[in-house]
Amino acid sequence: MASKSPKRSYKFDPWLDPKNRPYIRIENVSKEFDGTMAVNNLSLSIYQGEFFSILGGSGCGKTTLLRMLAGFETPTSGKIYIDDIDMTTTPPYERPVNMMFQSYALFPHMSVGQNVAFGLKQEKLPKAEIKERVDGVLDLVQMSLFMNRMPHQLSGGQRQRVALARSLVKQPKLLLLDEPLASLDKKLKERTQLELVTIQERVGITFIMVSHDQEESMTMSTRIAVMNEGQIKQVGPPHEIYEFPNSRFVADFIGSINMFEGIILEDAPDHVIIQSDSMPSELCISHSATIPPGASVTVGVRPEKVKISKMSHGKPDVIYNYTSGVVDDIEYLGDVSIYHVLTENGRRILATLPNLVRLTEQPVTWEDKVYLYWQPENGIVLTV
Amino acid sequence: MIPKIFWRLFSFFKRRISSRFFVIALPFTWVLLFFFIPFLLVLKISFSELTVGIPPYLPIMERIGEDVIAFKLNIGNYLYLVWDDLYIRAILNSLGLGALATIACLIIGFPMAYAIARASLKYQTLLLMMVILPFWTSFLIRVYAWIGILSYHGVVNTVLLKLGIIEAPLRLLNTIFSLSIGITYCYLPFMILPIYVSLQKIDPSLLEAAYDLGSRPFRTFWKVTVPLCMPGIISGSLLVFIPSLGEFVIPDLLGGSDTLMIGRVLWNEFFVNRDWPVAGAVAIGMLVFLVFPIVLLQYIQKNVQRDQTGEGGQMNA
Repeated sequence: MASKSPKRSYKFDPWLDPKNRPYIRIENVSKEFDGTMAVNNLSLSIYQGEFFSILGGSGCGKTTLLRMLAGFETPTSGKIYIDDIDMTTTPPYERPVNMMFQSYALFPHMSVGQNVAFGLKQEKLPKAEIKERVDGVLDLVQMSLFMNRMPHQLSGGQRQRVALARSLVKQPKLLLLDEPLASLDKKLKERTQLELVTIQERVGITFIMVSHDQEESMTMSTRIAVMNEGQIKQVGPPHEIYEFPNSRFVADFIGSINMFEGIILEDAPDHVIIQSDSMPSELCISHSATIPPGASVTVGVRPEKVKISKMSHGKPDVIYNYTSGVVDDIEYLGDVSIYHVLTENGRRILATLPNLVRLTEQPVTWEDKVYLYWQPENGIVLTV
Repeated sequence: MIPKIFWRLFSFFKRRISSRFFVIALPFTWVLLFFFIPFLLVLKISFSELTVGIPPYLPIMERIGEDVIAFKLNIGNYLYLVWDDLYIRAILNSLGLGALATIACLIIGFPMAYAIARASLKYQTLLLMMVILPFWTSFLIRVYAWIGILSYHGVVNTVLLKLGIIEAPLRLLNTIFSLSIGITYCYLPFMILPIYVSLQKIDPSLLEAAYDLGSRPFRTFWKVTVPLCMPGIISGSLLVFIPSLGEFVIPDLLGGSDTLMIGRVLWNEFFVNRDWPVAGAVAIGMLVFLVFPIVLLQYIQKNVQRDQTGEGGQMNA
């Protein structure tokens, strides 16, 4: 899993400035269904113009959170403010919020044009204006030619565009996207990701997307909130979530990671030394953990940060962060390969290497005895 | 010899025609034997002449010479239908009453179907059971029960008298009122079930999408729910309207002697007047009359379904 940077064409980080007022405020919101907490005392601030992702496995409460923002569910407790107006109990038809449904939910008895115009018609707008706005938004999603088609005459990707147009045409303050790309194939998905971001930047509407696909949220979002068991585990820009996960859960959920249990030996301002039973060397991380020595922690290191060298080439010139083992398996993914290395004490460590040459010409192959090592700045200390 | 031919025929079919043929063949044979052939017989009788005897009509095909066969087609029976306005009035009455019952069933049945479709799954089965339950009792007994409810000394009059709302019992039975109640009551499940099915099929996210786009519940109901369950409404209406037109038992038991329904006229022609040819003509006339609304509604339904799903709709009826 490559950590792509968000495809934003300009710097965008309103959350860093405490003077900025959040556009959407979710304050201590809980939702209980028959005794189970789907969302548990959750608070979140989202800024105007953000493309915000809520990422989590199934049943983590992300869809419930989205439905509370749309107004389909009312929180058991807590408040939701949109543009400083309390919307906690406002019904969906009175909210300046539109949603793009996972199933697209296009009205099967209406043409593409009628579907898009549906939201404008009850606003009693003049016909000419409705037509102009429908034309405009269909043009934006490149569906003008399909104006008079019925939904069943469209492909999945085309339906997705119509659904997007229908939710954009009312120019909501907030657009919610429920797994918008889940039913598209890989190629179409990648193209649509880019288009969605482009459209979002053009219209300037705040987007909140729910997704279980980390690659998708990483590519598109300004910030990601990782959710588990009804609570937010971490909020931050994609690279921050990936490089500096704040917990074992987040580290494990986003991408893959090698984790080592250990005990802190030494905690200095510029480095931490950790001893782990599963590593022959001590682990060194080049930032402070501010944890007293003796505490047990977890060290994480991403597979693409792990280097491999053949044992026959001699031990790499490092004191910390190395181990040795045998290449047990190679996962060939085309652009990269993931090497599964079994260490002497039976640990499996993953190392991702770019396929600079063809797999058959790679210097390291199955059953090779290798050293694995990484730089101190690439480890992460996880305490929870 | 015969088994051999049979076997050769069988293997011919086996080679030429897929097994689908055999699936269709059984109902097809059934319709041919018990609908189409009787229909031809009735058609024949409707063109024959009345006589006193058994059977009470003359053959339409007669051998009048050595090599001559004469067909005598008596269209008098059909002309009689037009001359005597009894039949026209009966048909119009039936159409009116059928339409009334259909509308009544729709007005009562739609909210019921809606409520059942909206109920939690646990109660849905129970509620559906309650709709179907009356079928377990004989149709005749259920219609007779209405006599007990509506008669002079029946439940309704007794209650109204006891409450002091009326001073003398009302004439409820043997009126167009009791007849409408009877037909509406008997055919209500046929309206509820197809509407329930089509309401069930509506994806709830479509209603949410409508709310989300700013449509209030009332508008959502008319713009999304009703159009989407149109196939069910049409099926239900056909299932009520068509059989209620030819209904004979309910008018006979609950209707007054003056209520003219085509089913009753038909019965009278056959069994009271023993005028089979005219009865045949009435039957054929009614059929022709019925074919129009059926074809029309079926056409509408197909269009509705094609618009919604892209498939030519299948009639539930």
